[in-house]
Amino acid sequence: MFFFENRQVVTPGDLLAEGDYVAGNNTYKEGSRIYASRLGLVEYGEKMVQVVALNTFYIPSVGDQVIGKIEDVNINGWVVNINSPYKATLRASEALNKPFRQQKDDLTRFLDVGDLIFAKIISFDRTIDPVLTIKEPGLGKITQGQIVKVSPAKIPRIIGRKASMINMLKKETECKITVGQNGIILISGPSPEHERLAIMAIEKIAQEAHTSGLTDRITEMIRKEKGAKK
Amino acid sequence: MSGKIRLINGNGLRVDGRRPNELRSIKMEVGVLSNADGSAYIEQGKNKILAAVYGPREVHPRHLALPDRALLRCRYHMAPFSVEERKSPAPSRREIELSKVIKEALEPAIFLEKFPRTSIDIFIEVLQADGGTRCAGTTVAALALADAGIPMRDLVVACAAGKVDGVLVLDLNDIEDKEGEADVPVAYMPNLGLISLLQMDGSLTIEEFNQSLNLAMEGCKQIYKFQKEALRSRYVTIKEEVEECLR
Repeated sequence: MFFFENRQVVTPGDLLAEGDYVAGNNTYKEGSRIYASRLGLVEYGEKMVQVVALNTFYIPSVGDQVIGKIEDVNINGWVVNINSPYKATLRASEALNKPFRQQKDDLTRFLDVGDLIFAKIISFDRTIDPVLTIKEPGLGKITQGQIVKVSPAKIPRIIGRKASMINMLKKETECKITVGQNGIILISGPSPEHERLAIMAIEKIAQEAHTSGLTDRITEMIRKEKGAKK
Repeated sequence: MSGKIRLINGNGLRVDGRRPNELRSIKMEVGVLSNADGSAYIEQGKNKILAAVYGPREVHPRHLALPDRALLRCRYHMAPFSVEERKSPAPSRREIELSKVIKEALEPAIFLEKFPRTSIDIFIEVLQADGGTRCAGTTVAALALADAGIPMRDLVVACAAGKVDGVLVLDLNDIEDKEGEADVPVAYMPNLGLISLLQMDGSLTIEEFNQSLNLAMEGCKQIYKFQKEALRSRYVTIKEEVEECLR
């Protein structure tokens, strides 16, 4: 049994459903009752009840690709801020392509405080801080582009269903867009004009994340802006 | 009780013209501070209280971190100008106690075990005080927590009831609190039906206590509606801004 309409606003503690359902994101189950645990929009599926949150923070998960900032250099690795309650570590062995020798190699030559990296989380659980790697293709130090920060709750909307939104953005703005699951997005395009357009579009998506027909509206906006420039 | 002001007049109305079971007027707003992860503001009668929430974030100092759950910290503070006679800005014995009491009232509502080794920090700033600030502070802190996107079992609402001039009343103000016979603050989670704070100051018979408790819980349920409305309107204002952009 459902107690709300689909896509209605719910607040923490609201009883969403009773019966044989699975408690999805931002909900919790007590007996056969499912309650909301965050402010957001409720979505009822066939078997699952979930809440699309209005605001969240990033909790690391193994396999996620994130953008982080080097905060400290240790003797055998770096401390990375990944916009989450937990600081990540990047070991030298996960960054260098050759064996790491503590006496000889100066880590600041590879990455220094303030550098940005695009990395993947290789391990994380309740007891240990997340560990990163930049050894896979596509990962590594960020050398150019602009950074936009959005709430991690909006990331799925920016990517879109089957990556429709992000592919449209890349095509229309001609920019390379790298999305970190932690709410940080890197944009690098052929000119600052292109980058500005992409940033504007992303900020608009983040603000209007809960409206429908967004992809079409954003496409329209970008085309109009491009037309105005010419 | 000679020489004291009369708190209930001939018509059965209170000093501020309320009926015994009537709340003060309430106004709430969510998301008022941009630097905090979550924030809220409440006006309840003459009370004006601001709450800010940060976190979950790294614990400083490090050794306070708990291995199995998040550390909840709360600071209740009254501004020097919040009362008629200047209050020293240093935390008083009363403020330290209220910080602890509010923290413990909110603790059971939050999924602290989901975020081990982090801290969630709540700051409650009383800008203007007129009795019942611990209750209003708890109510507004719960809103700020929800705004910060911290998963919660339920919102926490608090309200006081008590006895004034022999009459059981709801939501005491400053004079009623000081001159009255008893004060029972209650924090309540309405959807779960659980009480997370229950105090009493003064003396009541068991019968009167039970009645006050029920009265306070009824008050909580009314305030709960305002809380939900405040959170919903946060969403609605975002939506309206969007619609305005579309036009």
